Amino acid sequence: MRFALRRAVFYVFTAWAAVTINFFVPRLLPGDPVTALMGRMQGRIDSNAEQSLRVLFGLDQDMSLWDQYVHYWQMLLHGDLGLSFTHFPTPVADIVAQALPWTVGLVGIATIIAFLLGTAVGTGIGWRRGTWADSLLPITTFFSAVPYFWLGLIAIAVFAVNLGWFPSNGSYDRGMVPSLSWEFVGSVIYYGTLPALTIVVSSISGWILGMRNMMVTVSSEDYVTVAHAKGLPARAVVVGYAARNAILPQVSSFALALGFVVGGTLVMEMVFSYQGIGYTLYQAVSTHDYPLMQGCFLVITLSVLVANLVADLAYAALDPRTRQEG
Amino acid sequence: MATSTTAIEVAAPTGADDVGQGVARPGRRPRLLFLRNSKALVGIAILVFFGILAVVGPWVAPYDPNQVSTALLQPPSGAHWLGTDHTGRDILSQIIVGTRGVLVVGLVAGLGATVLGVIVGVTAGFVGGLGDEGLSALSNVFLVIPQLPLIIIIAAQLPSAGGITVALVIGVTGWAWGARVLRAQTLSLRKRDFVEAARATGERTWRIVLAEVLPNLTAIIAAGFVGTVTFAVLSQVTLAFIGITPVSEWNWGTILFWAQNNLALQRGAWWWFVPAGLCIALLGMALTLINFGIDELVNPRLRSTGMHARTLRRRGIRPRVGFTPVVRDQWRAARPGEEER
Amino acid sequence: MSEPVLEIRDLHVDYGFGDDPTHVLRGVDLTLHRGEVLGLAGESGCGKSTLAYAATRLLPPPGLITGGEVWLADRQGRRSDVLGLTDAQLRAARWRDVAIVFQGAMSSLNPVFRIGRQLTDGIRAHRPGLSAGDLEARAAELLEMVGISADRLRAYPHQLSGGMRQRVMIAMALALEPQVLLMDEPTTALDVVMQRQVLEQIMELRDRLGFSVVLITHDVSLLVEVADRIAIMYAGEIVEEATASEVYRRPRHPYSAGLLGSFPPLHGPRRELSGIPGAPPDLQRLGPGCPFAPRCPHAMDVCRDVRPVLGPPRTGEDRRVACHLHDADLVAAGVGEGSGAISGVGLPPELAR
Repeated sequence: MRFALRRAVFYVFTAWAAVTINFFVPRLLPGDPVTALMGRMQGRIDSNAEQSLRVLFGLDQDMSLWDQYVHYWQMLLHGDLGLSFTHFPTPVADIVAQALPWTVGLVGIATIIAFLLGTAVGTGIGWRRGTWADSLLPITTFFSAVPYFWLGLIAIAVFAVNLGWFPSNGSYDRGMVPSLSWEFVGSVIYYGTLPALTIVVSSISGWILGMRNMMVTVSSEDYVTVAHAKGLPARAVVVGYAARNAILPQVSSFALALGFVVGGTLVMEMVFSYQGIGYTLYQAVSTHDYPLMQGCFLVITLSVLVANLVADLAYAALDPRTRQEG
Repeated sequence: MATSTTAIEVAAPTGADDVGQGVARPGRRPRLLFLRNSKALVGIAILVFFGILAVVGPWVAPYDPNQVSTALLQPPSGAHWLGTDHTGRDILSQIIVGTRGVLVVGLVAGLGATVLGVIVGVTAGFVGGLGDEGLSALSNVFLVIPQLPLIIIIAAQLPSAGGITVALVIGVTGWAWGARVLRAQTLSLRKRDFVEAARATGERTWRIVLAEVLPNLTAIIAAGFVGTVTFAVLSQVTLAFIGITPVSEWNWGTILFWAQNNLALQRGAWWWFVPAGLCIALLGMALTLINFGIDELVNPRLRSTGMHARTLRRRGIRPRVGFTPVVRDQWRAARPGEEER
Repeated sequence: MSEPVLEIRDLHVDYGFGDDPTHVLRGVDLTLHRGEVLGLAGESGCGKSTLAYAATRLLPPPGLITGGEVWLADRQGRRSDVLGLTDAQLRAARWRDVAIVFQGAMSSLNPVFRIGRQLTDGIRAHRPGLSAGDLEARAAELLEMVGISADRLRAYPHQLSGGMRQRVMIAMALALEPQVLLMDEPTTALDVVMQRQVLEQIMELRDRLGFSVVLITHDVSLLVEVADRIAIMYAGEIVEEATASEVYRRPRHPYSAGLLGSFPPLHGPRRELSGIPGAPPDLQRLGPGCPFAPRCPHAMDVCRDVRPVLGPPRTGEDRRVACHLHDADLVAAGVGEGSGAISGVGLPPELAR
């Protein structure tokens, strides 16, 4: 219980830090792109909207920094992330809310698959060394040294353009209207396969490597020898004694790696024009839509924090020693 | 990237502590052992190759990468080994010249992040107490906030995000992982006898840190540096691909930017986007191999039994935990469960 | 003497799979008889733990068994060579016929399983038919046997003290009531008071259940009190074996004499402490002769060239020594004539009591 509380406090603090960073970045950097853009859009923004944009980007010179900060928080707590420049006058919050589920679905599922598959393979390789499976490691390492987006490009070139097995971009058949029908769901899965596959292939080597290293370390622990001394069947030793302990650092590194994973998979969306938050960020950058950029960053960060919290709770469930910790 | 240093976090900082575990002969210094590691050697060789290319690139390239020509979107030929892009510029030259941009940014970012990580991590581990709590909180925050999006919004709001600027941004956002690992190791080192002895004799803190603590951390710092360079290269290439960094500076990501924006995929111009990606992958692999070498150096148990593979197979030994292999003389072959006569 | 339950013959163990391994055990012969407590003592690194693990094939890589036999008797008295068993047969024999009590360090227990589960999973592996209730009852019974209350069944290892963990290890080993118990430094990690308690517990259980024990420790004084017979190891071989009182009062090997002289007795007249000069040998650079020769105050030329064989001394007593000073054959062969140390008169006083 106390463990969960401590972690929750940490994440609240980090969320506050992320918001504060978001607040300060446009104010600390030289140049003022926002004013220029707003100048160009003069007359098409109503005063409220313009006010909120000023608060977001600190363009109000007669307000003190602290006041700006307070206003910023007020805006956020009302769910107001400003108005997008390119999709004017759509609020950023709406755009983001639409895009987020796609990312959570694709990235979330693909990452979990990669984690589970990689951990399983890593367990096998770490337990039985010197088999053909050892060669999986350099192969998958090569794939992870490749930037995610390039792997995506190659996948599109080979599977979509050349072989035509999968579509090359989009998140669902554009002829369809989003609904909860089987047809639609099927289309989503069809369009999501190639991006998901690319994510899995690209990120799996990290999990394999980590699990293998941990299995090697754990295999030489005394309690594994004790398990063998008891004459336990091989499966019981591998799963209950070795893997069960080796997976602990994996789970905590999963939590930490999330930020890194999210970065790469965002770019994947850009390559596949998959309308998740990464693609939205990409478009925002290309069109210099600063409010949208900031909004995307905030939402991405907060999602990562939530995922981290979930991973931390999973770790606590797996390791009884943490529950004692004060 | 993150996961290889997990193993380091778990293993002891001095590999020499393993008694009876390592197959290395006594007296062989760890540094030499590292150089004998074939994985690390391959990695270093590739890195050196790219390094040379970075230095002599502009003089070696057959064409000026910006020079347009009439040979638009040509596949590889005798005149252009890697073909040309949509404005007739030679792609091989772009790659050669781009090497410098990639390596410079990678090294500067790696250096920056490593230095910051060492300062924060070792200080936190050594000082303890409130300072430790504060610095740890700081590094945890930077760890959890996703790096690439952060880099993107910072770089996008900069007036001009040239190579060095990007390198600095990456360095300033990417130090947290190294700091965390170093803090853990410093904490455990601090309790070791030789550090206590130094403190007891009144050595000044900074001297203890420099002379006693840091030398034991070199392997971990090296691994962290390599990891950060890998990440920096990938980030920079990604930024260029998205179009945040100016296209006037050539790096491998810029090539891909042009390729993507001119529908190289759909046009089937594979020579445009394949070589750049391969170079990135090759460089990334080289750095990862070097990290493997460092990993195996620090944790001797990870060293593959490769050097004995032939011997093992010849003698019919399968090394297993829990079932010590038995290799007795031929005439005394195993007779399962036979009773004593 | 009763019949042997564990007989180790000519065991050779190497470390290292390559072409130049270290020979850590060089032809060890050891016999454990039914109902006896055999102490195995020696310095760190002499191979005593290696012997126990190799005898059950639990030695981790890069350990390699290169020769010898280990004859183990099961409950019906049938003996089989452990080194020749298949994996399945070995798994069946482990814990049921021979169990190891590991040092109760934090790392000997699986940190993510409760104590109860770790007690019962071994039982379940050998007796799959038992119900969950039976298993839990048996686990509670085992804990009570070592003096721990049954409500600790649901505890995790990190919630127990060092002494309790050691007792849990003992309880775990006795789960299937094996004939042979190998105890690897069972009290080393404990304070003196706890040591005595645990030892008394072990001896009481031995009296009650009737198993045979090989007690491995570097603490010879402990063995003198508790063991029936003591074997002393040095550099991968047994250098002396006799009843406990004989080893204590009349050590025949110079190393044993040195070891026993290093411990102050708690009662009896005060005696000058003597250690053993020099350092333990480097197992990779052993010469052809006796491994103790470099440190032996009575070393002769033959000691450096010829390895002494473990056998009865020429006085004919019922014990074994590996030392040229006592070698009947050597005297008969006339080796070392003139050095004056071979005849009974010439034995150094502490070895000729």
